[in-house]
Amino acid sequence: MPTKPDVSPVATSEAGPLVEVRDLSVHFQLRGGTLARLFGRDTGTIKAVDGIDLALRPGEVVGLVGESGSGKSTLGRALLGLVPATSGSVRLRDKDLSALNRRQLRDIRRVVQMVFQDPNAALNPSMTVEEAVGDALRVHGMRSASERRKGVIEALERVGLSPVELFLSKYPRDLSGGQKQRVVLARAIVLDPELLVADEPVSMLDMSVRAKILQLMLDLKQDLGLTYVYITHDLATAKYFCDRVAIMYLGRVVEIGPTEEIFANPRHPYTKALLAAIPEPDPDKMVPRDLPRGEIPDAAQPPLGCAFHPRCPEAVHNCGWESRDLRALIEEHWLRADAAYDEERTVIGDLEHLDTPSTSATLGSGGSAQVRAILDRMKAEDPSEPLWSGVTSIEDSASGVTVHFEPAPAPALRRAGGVEVACVLYPEGSDQEGSPRS
Amino acid sequence: MAMDLTDETIGTSAMPGPVISARDVRVWYGTTRGAIRAVDGVSFDLAPGETLGLVGESGCGKSTLGRGLMGLLPEGAKRDGQVLFRGRDIFSLSQKAAYQMRGRELGMIFQEPLTRLNPLMRISQHFEETIKQHEPDLSKDEIRDRALEALRLMGIPPTRYRSYPHEFSGGMRQRLMIALALVLRPAFVVADEPTTALDVLVEAQIVQILNDLRRNFQTALLLITHNVGIVAEACDRVAVMYAGRIVEQGKVADVFKNPQHPYTRELLRSTISLTTTGLNYIPGAPPDLVDPPDGCRFHPRCPDAMNVCATKNPVNIERPGGGRVECWLAGPEDQIPAGGKQPLKQEELTVADEA
Amino acid sequence: MRRVLTVLTRPFTETTGLARWMLVVGVALTAVFVICAIFAPWLAPYGFAQSSDHGVRFQKLAHPSSAHLFGTDRLFFDVFSRVIWGARTALEVVILSMAVCIVIGVPLGLASGYYGGWFDRIMVLIMDAFYAFPSFLLAIVFSFLLTNAFGGSVIAVSLSLSAIYIPQYFRVVRNTTLSAKEATYVEAARAIGASDGTIMRRYLFGNVIQSVPVLGTLNAADAILTLAGLGFLGLGIQSTEAAEWGHDLNRALADAGSGVWWTGLYPGLAIVLLVTGLTLVGEGLNETLNPTLRRRRLLPVVLPSAHPANPTQEEQN
Repeated sequence: MPTKPDVSPVATSEAGPLVEVRDLSVHFQLRGGTLARLFGRDTGTIKAVDGIDLALRPGEVVGLVGESGSGKSTLGRALLGLVPATSGSVRLRDKDLSALNRRQLRDIRRVVQMVFQDPNAALNPSMTVEEAVGDALRVHGMRSASERRKGVIEALERVGLSPVELFLSKYPRDLSGGQKQRVVLARAIVLDPELLVADEPVSMLDMSVRAKILQLMLDLKQDLGLTYVYITHDLATAKYFCDRVAIMYLGRVVEIGPTEEIFANPRHPYTKALLAAIPEPDPDKMVPRDLPRGEIPDAAQPPLGCAFHPRCPEAVHNCGWESRDLRALIEEHWLRADAAYDEERTVIGDLEHLDTPSTSATLGSGGSAQVRAILDRMKAEDPSEPLWSGVTSIEDSASGVTVHFEPAPAPALRRAGGVEVACVLYPEGSDQEGSPRS
Repeated sequence: MAMDLTDETIGTSAMPGPVISARDVRVWYGTTRGAIRAVDGVSFDLAPGETLGLVGESGCGKSTLGRGLMGLLPEGAKRDGQVLFRGRDIFSLSQKAAYQMRGRELGMIFQEPLTRLNPLMRISQHFEETIKQHEPDLSKDEIRDRALEALRLMGIPPTRYRSYPHEFSGGMRQRLMIALALVLRPAFVVADEPTTALDVLVEAQIVQILNDLRRNFQTALLLITHNVGIVAEACDRVAVMYAGRIVEQGKVADVFKNPQHPYTRELLRSTISLTTTGLNYIPGAPPDLVDPPDGCRFHPRCPDAMNVCATKNPVNIERPGGGRVECWLAGPEDQIPAGGKQPLKQEELTVADEA
Repeated sequence: MRRVLTVLTRPFTETTGLARWMLVVGVALTAVFVICAIFAPWLAPYGFAQSSDHGVRFQKLAHPSSAHLFGTDRLFFDVFSRVIWGARTALEVVILSMAVCIVIGVPLGLASGYYGGWFDRIMVLIMDAFYAFPSFLLAIVFSFLLTNAFGGSVIAVSLSLSAIYIPQYFRVVRNTTLSAKEATYVEAARAIGASDGTIMRRYLFGNVIQSVPVLGTLNAADAILTLAGLGFLGLGIQSTEAAEWGHDLNRALADAGSGVWWTGLYPGLAIVLLVTGLTLVGEGLNETLNPTLRRRRLLPVVLPSAHPANPTQEEQN
């Protein structure tokens, strides 16, 4: 049984990509506290999008999947020029968005439109449905009110808000969530765009209408020949909705490929984890799950090496182990070794300094022998912990030890089987079938 | 609708007796348009260490029921019925007694943890305050030991005991909230959408923690969620709520594999999961609870509605396979009037009625 | 039309108890003065600077009588007429100065909040400097300066009042703009290709302006006091230009010692009542328009008995 409605992509070879993203980075300057700003201290940057390549063929649905902070929304907004690129380029057909002035950028938005996550917030509370949808026409120079009305009515009918008269003069507060999202969709299609960036369009909706809105979006795509970028954290809807999926983590694409291949044969440990984490309503399918520990790290100071390694259940020696991982491991050890905590704490001393990312970590205040003993105990507790394989040497220092880790670069996207994946388990020239190097 | 819920019918006969036993609970809000019947006659039992999942669309009274049980209703809301907590009727307690009971014997976990933590207080102070309120005689060391134990079970390292709430990530905060709710070892906890604001992987972690609760604490948990997947993973039994009533309840495996109420079935079918092969949805929206439809409240949206559904309230009967269900399709046959089984002519539901 | 009506009556329908009572009293008090101001030529028996009628000079400092309801003052003017004409002056000054405040303060606040950056910083610095200055002192300085340019007229006083209130409008509008511009619907407007001007005019203005009526009414009350203060110091409007309560109070000061109470009481009473009225309206509006104070009130509900004559409740236990 086909898992997807029949949506044959428009012939792609002759048309060329609709949008081409090349080595795109979007960095945000962090605004520190008042003091930091007063003294001009460096408050750091967040690399929301960090070197992404992506080409959208006309007529396809590409899913950007990731948790919060993965940069998926920022990437989506960069496609409309809503956030400026720090480096790299976004090309729409033959136009480079970063070379356009504000006025030209506004014209681009005839072609690229956006649907937002929260339909309650995406509509101006003081505008009626007619005004909200009509304003898109108005800002693009349609002066005649009757012409605008015609366009609005057509768009509302397309999104299923009929009888139209019932909705034209309603305010957003008078509409249900699903109806509001339909209005947002109407506003997006009223300009007859080619690309629709949908940022979690159904995640705020009640489950009973999610399917309805997704179906509507599929219908619109079919009728209007749209191309979609579907941003979501929900792999289940992405599986149903997308032709291609890019899994994102901390500003980078970690795996990208055709939907069937990604779901049938996930390669990146993060993709596997996301798939395992989806709660399935079928009580028979319950399996004990090996969940990644911890949470998404601070984007202002991403982990060294592969950004996913601190949480990765399949991590190996060259993933980029560092001082913060050691801290996490010691804290985890104390979770288990409840009784020894107070005593070990005095030997290990303060851990705060380990938060500065580095491939060597100095710790201990109670003599190197004792610290080594604790580390040995930790190792004995869980010898399979991959962090230990990343330790190159442990030296004695003044009052404790210095642990050196194997420095490792962040893995780049490489072809593996039918997909591209950024993981050290799939190094350059690994086998073409895409099974990990043992 | 006389209800006769005994232990056998609920499926907890092996348990020592329910921690919570709710009968005909109602919670109404007064508005200018009339009373909103947010919860309108709900009965269920919860055994020690058991997790009951409460699912339904938004606007079906799930959260109101949770808050009603805890006595955390806004001014102007009225509740009645009977809720026996270990044999004591908590709805008839004095304000002071109810306050004493909250936290110590009844715990609550909220959706947005950050708004429930005081940003100016260290985690240690949060624990001290919570514990001191109910057990003023404990020494500081005892409090610390207890708090660290609760944190440890939630996977929060002891090094973080003196941190401030803002130093924690979203998932950690939710763990903190759970640890705070459980540190006094309440026998009954209401968790209101505890994972909705969290990321996918963290959500799964929290679900696992909730799953472990019964083993670690013997806590009876009422888990309110709109995610049927979470119910399947973390709950023993499920109660499906629609328009202020529990329309079906029973063991999760039974109910999900063999739903007796069309609403349960449609709710499961409209959920998009990895195995979804087609898009299904429930037309229309939950009714206005000021003036709910006559008969079965689901009948305007029900694909299997019969004539009797529009006129006569469905009877709460034992579910084939255990549990309870309220639907004329399940019977009782002898109370359906002649011609009542004919398919009902329904008004067509348009987008104007959509949720 | 119906929309306008519902918007106008909303403060009344959405308040209960004390808040509604405050609003009703406030509106009634203010309405009396507005009526006086509009219909002054018909309501007042004499002109504000009229000291004789049909060639007969009024008595100086006459007791209240049927000819002169509130008596006359030392300049032979009819006090009742001056109180009524004074309402017109007060309203003129308030409306004019508030209009100037809104026309200047709102767009500046909107632009400052929306664009941010150095423009915002400079604007905030200037406005804060004005705001930090004692407002009455500022009004005195401005009326000194402006009286030279416009003479002791309504315009001069209005402009000097505007100068002290513009920073308040600026701050309120800027702050609401700062939060409103983060809303998704503003981003959505940008996504449909709206220009900055369009966003400010059509998306932000309507949502930001809602805080202005409350500020306006509360400022109006304050403005009346400041106006009276200026008049009392002799800096405001001259007696022959218009009737002004503060100025009349100043002149009544000398009478108080000689047992003449009516020249001071009535203008003073007028000031107190109008200020009270406006303040009550402002606070009442605040209750309904300010979302931080507005609470959805639930009405008491009566639960009908669940099982009339049904004994199953007892059986279950």
